Amino acid sequence: MPGIEQSGTARDAAAPAAWRPGAAGPLRDPAPLLPDTAPVRVIGTPAAAGADPETARLLHRSLVRGRRFNEQATALARQGRLAVYPSSTGQEACQAVAAAVLRPGDWLFPTYRDTLAVHLRGVPAAQALALLRGGEHGGWDPRRWRTAPLCTPLATHLPHAVGLAHAARLRGDDVVALALVGDGGTSEGDFHEALTFAGVLRAPVVFLVQNNQFAISVPLARQNAAPSIAHKAVGYGVAGRLVDGNDVLAAHQVVGDAVARARGGAGPVLVEAVTYRIDPHTNADDPRRYRSDAERTAWRAHDPVGLAEDHLRAAGLLDEETAAAAAGAAERTAAEQRAAFPDTPPPGSPEDLFTHVYARPTAQLREQAAAARAGAAAAPREVPA
Amino acid sequence: MTTLKDTGAPPGTAENSAPLPRPAATPMARALNQALRDAMSADASVHVLGEDVGALGGVFRVTDGLAAEFGEDRCTDTPLAEAGILGTAVGMAMYGLRPVVEMQFDAFAYPAFEQVVSHVAKMRNRTRGALPLPLVVRMPYGGGIGGVEHHSDSSEAYYMATPGLHVVTPATVADAYGLLRAAIASDDPVVFLEPKRLYWSKDAWDPEEPDAVPPIGRAVVRRPGRDATLLTYGPSLPVCMAAAEEAVRADGWDLEVVDLRSLVPFDDETVCASVRRTGRAVVVHESSGFGGPGAEIAARVTERCFHHLAAPVLRVTGFDVPYPPPLLEHHHLPGAERVLDAVARLQWEQG
Ligand SMILES: [Mg+2]
Repeated sequence: MPGIEQSGTARDAAAPAAWRPGAAGPLRDPAPLLPDTAPVRVIGTPAAAGADPETARLLHRSLVRGRRFNEQATALARQGRLAVYPSSTGQEACQAVAAAVLRPGDWLFPTYRDTLAVHLRGVPAAQALALLRGGEHGGWDPRRWRTAPLCTPLATHLPHAVGLAHAARLRGDDVVALALVGDGGTSEGDFHEALTFAGVLRAPVVFLVQNNQFAISVPLARQNAAPSIAHKAVGYGVAGRLVDGNDVLAAHQVVGDAVARARGGAGPVLVEAVTYRIDPHTNADDPRRYRSDAERTAWRAHDPVGLAEDHLRAAGLLDEETAAAAAGAAERTAAEQRAAFPDTPPPGSPEDLFTHVYARPTAQLREQAAAARAGAAAAPREVPA
Repeated sequence: MTTLKDTGAPPGTAENSAPLPRPAATPMARALNQALRDAMSADASVHVLGEDVGALGGVFRVTDGLAAEFGEDRCTDTPLAEAGILGTAVGMAMYGLRPVVEMQFDAFAYPAFEQVVSHVAKMRNRTRGALPLPLVVRMPYGGGIGGVEHHSDSSEAYYMATPGLHVVTPATVADAYGLLRAAIASDDPVVFLEPKRLYWSKDAWDPEEPDAVPPIGRAVVRRPGRDATLLTYGPSLPVCMAAAEEAVRADGWDLEVVDLRSLVPFDDETVCASVRRTGRAVVVHESSGFGGPGAEIAARVTERCFHHLAAPVLRVTGFDVPYPPPLLEHHHLPGAERVLDAVARLQWEQG
């Protein structure tokens, strides 16, 4: 929005203005940016035969751990040991893939529903779930884990991922940023601005949209009129990819390719992973008000954990040892969660409020901290002259 | 950059300036440009980004020549999207750069407000100090330049009301340079408000040897006086200096003028010392009065100096109206006459 300018001189009304060369068509061919017409699938298709067994085993183990992580966190929220838990049950394949495709030097930008991806990236459960416990806003050192804090205002972290990826490229570092966002988040202005910047800067960033069909209660049809969310990418000069987000092998392949493309300097990618939120929005939500049991049951039949098991079984990879190892890992995860959040949260200190507002507390904050400590009013006492 | 103790002397007086020959009169915009150039030379992590900051040099020319000198990767023309600009800068700061964002006009910064409030101001707090955001948001603000709608807002109260930000505004050429360098060097995010009607105001100032100035967080007594204190900042400082000169001539009042320089952190010490000395105070700013900066300042002064006050703290501010069209703005902007009228109402007869 620049200062208001005067328009140029009036054209001769009789003669049509000359076209500038190249102005008559699109600036570039949109075809390479277009997503497939149907979500890419691997499990149950001929492509499954080419899947790497070790990758399939590892992803399956992450799914089993992830399902258990969601169950345990939901239970902790019910017991009041977490303040709230937005579950990713049904979306474990997206979570597992987000963690699996990144190298340690890459960055992950999660939302509040992505604590599982954060934990699978290596962040201890006590830190990954700290915000949802309610004792602090963060939980982990973002630079140590190359994982941004959980973002609650929808899509506002997407420009951060673009900026970080851009900065890394300016420094000549081999870093990709992967940002998670939901279907509802793609309606936000920051989504539009982030994709505009990503396209223009050719930043090495991947946007992984977990299209779980609902923004709390509002279905996708009321959120989006584009052919698919993946198609939105094309308008920004960003490659769009559409994948079955419950097919962990397909998601791993498509998101992995997107990260490789970004890393190779070919530009940003938006992946729409089609999935479904099996659980309520949070433990405080009542999904019976906005969706049918039949719909949920239909998606249950296309469950990411079940699909992965189908694949392992068909490939002869689901032996007793594999199943036991996955179950054992899941129980260790749940035990870690329970230990991290004992019944009674420790009391916080009032000083804690003032410690990390500025590099050094201002005089005003020092005064208020002293007052909070003493349980006194913040205003100073003034004595008669 | 060294810092000096507040000498109480106005800029350009013997106490604050280089020996003869006098440095040339320099406009504030030029000093801001020099501050960016020097910061970029001194620190490769300093990046400038915004709308039209490249080839054009910014609509006020504050970034003139930076893209040519440092390249487009250091001084970058961005897409026209303020939330995207600031959000991108946040990500750059997360990676360790020191972005300096230019918002083209105060009223065009509002799309970035969510980024300011929800991320810029909170990132250090959310991460318990692990992820400070050393970034600067430069913003031309205020009226008096004949700008049509949406080109003359004073939005400082919004930023002052957001914990986690520093809010800084220079009123002199030396401060324009010194405070901007300090803002870029700060490990906290700084909203840097540039009074656009002072962009072309000049002071004697030497770009080769910039005057040291007090740090962010210190107010400065620009004119010592005995009878009452004018508390002001940014575009209203020259108004108050003129009012103080007129007061001596017309009424015999000796007014002290305090330039706040930094609205956050607020220098209670300098402000209260002045008010306790004079016993009377008027806050002067362009921004609307209701819920404005002057409300906070008057409350703070009253809480701390009540027993030294001979009269209520008064405010002279813009009216509580949307910023008026340019042909009417002179009715809105506080001028020396309105300042002196407020001074006259400070209960002198009972003092
Ligand atoms: Mg959703």
